[in-house]
Amino acid sequence: MASDTRQETDSRDDFRQTLIATLPHLRAFARGLCGRPDLADDLVQETAIKAWAAQVRFQPGTNMRAWTFTILRNHYLSELRRHRRQVDYDPEAAERLLVMDADQEGPLHLSDMDAALQKLPAERREALLLIGASGFTYEEAARICDCAIGTMKSRVARARAELARLLDPEPEDASLPHI
Amino acid sequence: MESALRPCHTMVDRRQSNRPPSRPRHDGEPGWAKGLRKLYDSVLDEPLPDSFDELLKKLDASDNGK
Repeated sequence: MASDTRQETDSRDDFRQTLIATLPHLRAFARGLCGRPDLADDLVQETAIKAWAAQVRFQPGTNMRAWTFTILRNHYLSELRRHRRQVDYDPEAAERLLVMDADQEGPLHLSDMDAALQKLPAERREALLLIGASGFTYEEAARICDCAIGTMKSRVARARAELARLLDPEPEDASLPHI
Repeated sequence: MESALRPCHTMVDRRQSNRPPSRPRHDGEPGWAKGLRKLYDSVLDEPLPDSFDELLKKLDASDNGK
């Protein structure tokens, strides 16, 4: 009995450590999803509480990041539905990102990147974040978003095409006079 | 992770078969792909804000309550 309790405590400690280590990833994903640092952090905290409460459903050894991303995404969607809160893009937050070093290859600022990302439809945005930034495989991302792998691939392809259009202007556009 | 970021060639080829790519690609990766990762990593590298203290305390305390 005593060793059972000890084991339980150990696994709860492991869970806590892993959950805490996952928080920065959740923040980055949430920020990309909703574009608002304050809302993103609220989402992450609520996600952590939910994950903690549901820890018996987590299988040790499986991917904590994927598991918590799923919780965060579902929570975000249900919050959107419940409050119908149209999450506004926060220009001040984007402005703060300007202090980041500019990409030496080109004039792309992180604020441009952020603004373009927020223009994408939500499901393409999350697809791109999961594959292009979080480093999930298509299979993992499809599981997180509860869709087919083919659907995930097509969302990412569309998101890429849209971002390319928004951020890498066509040559003919570049030849237009700048105002 | 690098390979996952490259455009899916079959899709790109089909879309762009009748025109050349809009700009030269380095390492097969458009500039914004790097920007996206940078944006993401900039948040990843931030220390947890103070607003998380309460949460961390809650996680620590939850063992004692049970």
